[in-house]
Order: sequence, then C-alpha cells, then structure tokens
Amino acid sequence: MIAHVHHENINYLKASKGLKNWLVTVDHKRIGMMYLASILVFFVTGGTFAGLFRFELWSPLKNFLTPDQYNQFFTLHGVIMVFLVVVPGIPAALGNFILPIQIGAKDLAFPKLNLTSLYLYWIGAAIALYSIVAGHADQGWTMYAPYSLSRNPSVLWMMVAAFILGFSSILTGLNFIVTMHNMRAPGMTWYRMPLFLWAMYATGIMQIFATPVLAITLILLLMENFFGIGIFDPALGGDPLLMQHFFWFYSHPAVYIIVVPGFGITSEIIACFAKKDIFGYKFVAYSSVAIAIIGFVVWGHHMFVAGQSELADSIFSFLTFFTAVPSAIKVFNWTATLYKGSIDLKTPMLYALQFLFNFTIGGLTGIILAILSVDIHLHDTYFIVSHFHYVAMGSTMIAFIGGIHYWWPKMTGKMYNETVGRTAAILVFIGFNVTFFVQLIMGSQGSPRRYYHYQDQFQIYHQISTVGFVILAAGLFMALFNLIASFFNGSVAPKNPWGAKTLEWEEADSPPVLYNFKETPVVTHGPYAFETEKA
Amino acid sequence: MANATAGLPEHHVAHHFDTANQEFDSIKTGMWLFLASEIMMFGALFVGALIFLTLHPAAFREGANHLDWRLGAINTFFLLTSGLTMGLAVIAAQAGQQAKVRMNLVMSLFLASGFLVVKAYEYSLKIHHGTLPGRLWHGEGFHDPFVHVFYGFYFVMTGLHGLHVLIGMGLMIFALTRASKVQFSRSYFTPIEMVALYWALVDLVWVFLFPLLYLIG
Repeated sequence: MIAHVHHENINYLKASKGLKNWLVTVDHKRIGMMYLASILVFFVTGGTFAGLFRFELWSPLKNFLTPDQYNQFFTLHGVIMVFLVVVPGIPAALGNFILPIQIGAKDLAFPKLNLTSLYLYWIGAAIALYSIVAGHADQGWTMYAPYSLSRNPSVLWMMVAAFILGFSSILTGLNFIVTMHNMRAPGMTWYRMPLFLWAMYATGIMQIFATPVLAITLILLLMENFFGIGIFDPALGGDPLLMQHFFWFYSHPAVYIIVVPGFGITSEIIACFAKKDIFGYKFVAYSSVAIAIIGFVVWGHHMFVAGQSELADSIFSFLTFFTAVPSAIKVFNWTATLYKGSIDLKTPMLYALQFLFNFTIGGLTGIILAILSVDIHLHDTYFIVSHFHYVAMGSTMIAFIGGIHYWWPKMTGKMYNETVGRTAAILVFIGFNVTFFVQLIMGSQGSPRRYYHYQDQFQIYHQISTVGFVILAAGLFMALFNLIASFFNGSVAPKNPWGAKTLEWEEADSPPVLYNFKETPVVTHGPYAFETEKA
Repeated sequence: MANATAGLPEHHVAHHFDTANQEFDSIKTGMWLFLASEIMMFGALFVGALIFLTLHPAAFREGANHLDWRLGAINTFFLLTSGLTMGLAVIAAQAGQQAKVRMNLVMSLFLASGFLVVKAYEYSLKIHHGTLPGRLWHGEGFHDPFVHVFYGFYFVMTGLHGLHVLIGMGLMIFALTRASKVQFSRSYFTPIEMVALYWALVDLVWVFLFPLLYLIG
C-alpha cells in the first residue's frame, strides 16, 4: 500500500471510524445508511403491530387483544408506517445515498441541513414512540376532529411528532431539488438524468408544497386542544370538514410522495435488467411531474361521504380519473421496455416485476374507488384498506426493497446470496397477494375496516389474510437476513455488477470513496444507453 | 448573483461546491423553496379565515370592528419601511459599502421592534377586553356567538406572523454581527441577501393580514 493515502480516496465506510464520527457526519452516504437502518427498524416495528391485530382477527370474537388494544395497535401501525416508514422511506434512505452520485456531485447542496433532517427524524420518531406510552392513541392516523380534540396526551404527542417529521421531510425535499438544479456534473443535462432523479424531483415538489399545510393543520389542532379556538371544533362554531380538507390537502400528495419514488426505482431496475433504453424516457419523466401536479387537486376524493357538496364530489371524482393517465403511461412504458429486452431475472428485477403487478391492481382499484356511487358502497371497507396497501406496501415498499437489493453492492461493497434473495422475493410476492387480495373480495362484500368484531361469513377471508401475512413476514425476514449476512461474509462486489449505465455504477467504486468520485466525472451518454453499445 | 465572482479574499467555498457562484445559487434556490413552503403554510390559514368569513360573516365583521385599524396601519408602515431598509442593505452590500449595510440593518431592527411594541400593546388591549380565543374568551357586549372564532384566527395568524418577525430580527442581529466583523465583501454577502428575502416574506404575509383582519367589515 502507498504510505500517504489521502483520506478522500478511501471508501466512505472506512474514511473515519467510531460511532461519534457517524453521528456528526455530513456525508450523504452515511446519513442515507443511518436513515436506512432506522427506517427498517420501524418497518419491522410497524409490521409487528400489524401482525398482532391480524392474528386477533383470526376469529370474529376476542382472541387475545381487548377492543381498546386493537384500536391502539391499528393506530400505531398506521402512524409508524406512514410517518416513519413509507413517507421518508425511499427518498431519505436511497435518495440520500444515490442522488448526489447519480448526478456526479460530491454531496447534497446542504450537507448540514441533511444531517439536521436526520436528527429531526430521530426526534420525531422518539416522540412518536413516547406517545405510545403517554396514553391511548386510538384515533387512527388521520387524527380527525372532533375525536382528536379530547386532549388525549397520546394524541397530542403524536401531533407534535408528525409536525417535526414534516419538517424533516420538507428539508430533505428542498435539499434534493436544490442539488438537482445546481450540482449536476459536466454533461449531466436534465434529459440525461436517471429517471430515479426525476421521481425524486417530483417528490421534492410535493414535500415542499404539501407538507407545510400539514404543519399548520397540526398547529391548529394543538391550539384547538389547548385553547379551544373554535376553528375545527363544531361545538365552538368551527368546521370539522375544514380540518379534513387541510389534512387531505397534505395527505393525498403524501400518497404520491410515497409512491412516486417507487416509480423511479422501478424505471432504473427495469431498464438495467432488460438491458434496454427505457421506452419513452420523457413520458416517464414528465408523468412523474404530472402526477405530482394532479396529486394536489384530488384530495376531495377522501371525503366523498364526509358531506362535501355534490359538485365538489363530481369535480374531485373526475380529476381522480385523470391521475390514471400518467400512471398508465408509466406502466405501459415499462411494459414496452421489457418487450424484446434481454431480461435477466435477478433479485431486483423480481421486485420490479412485482411492482408492475401490484401497482396495476392498486391503481385500478383506485379508479373503482373514484366512481362516486361505487365509493359510497366501498368507503371504509376492507376494499380501501387493500387498495392503499397495494400502493403503499405492494408498490412502494416492494420497490424500496428492490432498490435496496439493486444498490446494496454499491452501498456496502458486498454481494448477497442471489438464490436466497430470489426465494425471498417470490415468498414476498405470494405472501403479499394472499394477504391483501382476499381483502378486496371481503371489502366488496361490505366488511367494514377497523372493526374489532366481524360477521362469521368473513372469517375465512380473515384467516387466509393472516396466513398470507405469515408468508409475507417469512419472505421479508429472509430478505433482511440475506442482506445482513452478506454484510459480514458476502463476496466483494465489483464496481458494476449489473452492467448498468448510470454514474453510480460506471464511475463510482463499490462502496464509493468519501467524495464519491476521485475526480468529477464528465457525462457523455444517457442513463440507459444500452442499445448504442450493441450497435 | 453577478457580483458573486470567484477568487474571494475572505470567504471559503464549502468543500462540496466547485465555485462560489454555484454555492450562492444553491443557497438562493434553497431559500426561495423554503419561502414557497412558508407561503403554503400561511396560505392554508388564509383559506381557513376566508371560509370562516363565509360561514359566519357577521361574527367576522363584529370581530374586525373591534380591532383598531390605525394601529394596524402604523404597523404596516413599520414593516414596509423595514422592507425598504433591508432592500437598501442588500444594495449597499452589493456595492461593498459596509457602513451603509450596518446602518440599514440597524434601521430595520429598529422598525421591526416598533412593530412588536405596537403588537404587544394590541395584545394587552385584547387581554384587557377579554377578546381572547376559545376557552379564554370573556369578552362582553358582543352579539354574535362566534366572534371568539375570529379572535382564534386573529391570534393564531398574528402570533405565527409575530414569531416570524422575531426570527427575522434574530437573523438581522446575526447578519449585523457578521457585518461588524467585516465578514462581507462585494463578492460575498449571501447571508444579507437571504435575511432580506426572508424579511420580504414577513412583509408579504402582513400585507395580506392587515386588510383581512382590520379592514374587512
């Protein structure tokens, strides 16, 4: 070895040692890894809560949870999965790590702000966990007034937590957008950016413009609790519907904050493992932006039975159909990319294909729910539970897990066991669909969500769903252990094991050096220039 | 933007930027995005207030009539003038006139303090009359049962705005400290411009708050 190795040319995992150096790091890669670890811990926690009430539902009457505990567990499952897992999820963990490398930058534009947002995430998470023991949080994740105005300490702490987590999310989105505008390497034009980055851009827009509305809603809810200011509380002359409007003005875009990053990962994986340029690059890129924009004007579809005017209902219904257009463009373009590609069914590709399957179901059930008359029947049934799990779990989390497998060699410098990885992916696919497909059937027959007791006729569906949960959990744990094991005894990953064309694979080492590249790369081709090579 | 050229005597570009221009542009883009998110936050409050205005117009009018528009007008004067002095501070910074920068920052701080003094006086009047939000309400002689909701909006909106005034003043003091240590030059004055941008938002929000709360009715 050379005696005077400059620390900038050592891989980021070894550049400095010790816990303290990790906790004060401003390196986007380390911050991304810490996010990833934290998010996975909460994913397991939220999943465990889901398991608890899923087993409780094995039979129509009481098994081992009281009705009160049941309410708390579904609330905690919702809050943790939404605010701590799927919303920050892909951007905070993978986006943080990959985004600067994909555009050829040394770091995000604001590294200290990035670390701040990680700490805000941890503080928010700690408060969210504290709220569990502060009392009985049983209001559901939506915190609707007036039920959330009972000065329940647990609910209050949950609002504080969501407020802080919102800031974390805004700062991440802001950092990403600034970085993409100002930090691109020479030759990295907008249309040479990998589609993952376009997805991050669209997500960032939504984080910046939608999250502050959640912040003010939470401030008003807290004020309402402490002072009874009468803005949301009908007993004091306020309008509880206004609270729902505010809440969904954030939380509908949040659905796209959740799923759009998944689109990005899917585009990367499909192009790479079909070894083809993505079909209709600009359409895929702009459809992310279109979804972000349309996502701002469809919030009313959560309130079809809440008492808004018929005119508003009709407009929101129409606009909701409209979101299907950019979503369908994406699905068709991915499918067209696969056509005549040299498809390699590696683990990440198996997840990307699951995404296509699950997202199609999640999207089409969304169209069904946008039909006003049908929604009145399906509202608050298991149909809607299944619909959003097909999107949040079946699409986003599946893409997230696929992305982790795709970038794992880059992030850790290790290869995982491919056979175990594929087996886990297949188990996840079977488990997920067994769990949630029956819920579509059960919901269409009118079984309401969030009920502790249910009619005997639905027992078989609940039992199938619980069996599916076990398969899903087995698959997820298998994937997790496979990854962790590879960290300790996996074979050393080459620079570009998949033969991808984006900067993080072509130019950066596995794992990357401290400032990502030994010298700033110059970009000479698009992100999926596979065909030019063949020609 | 044009003044932030490379080759700075004092300012050191952060490790991950290639040039001072890139650094300046990044910070400026970030600030604008942050302000956009602030506008969304205040925007929601304005929408809420307008909806309340349509639900209970009489209550809104009665509440607004109990505010003294003259105090609001004085505060509008304070804030708009401070907006001017902050703008002048930026122009002075671009020209490298350090003494002028400091003077304009001090003027802005002075005017912002004036705003807070008047606001505090208004709050004390409200406390005296008992026109406080919600549970704290003990105002007398009002006809509409929902006037307290108007004051709910009044206190949340002016309170949140007042918090922004305070933060803005803190930022001005920060900029003034750095200006006193002569840390700015013609080629580096990013913090002053960012504080001025932030202060423009504080102004902007008030420009809409004043007519909404004081003049309608």
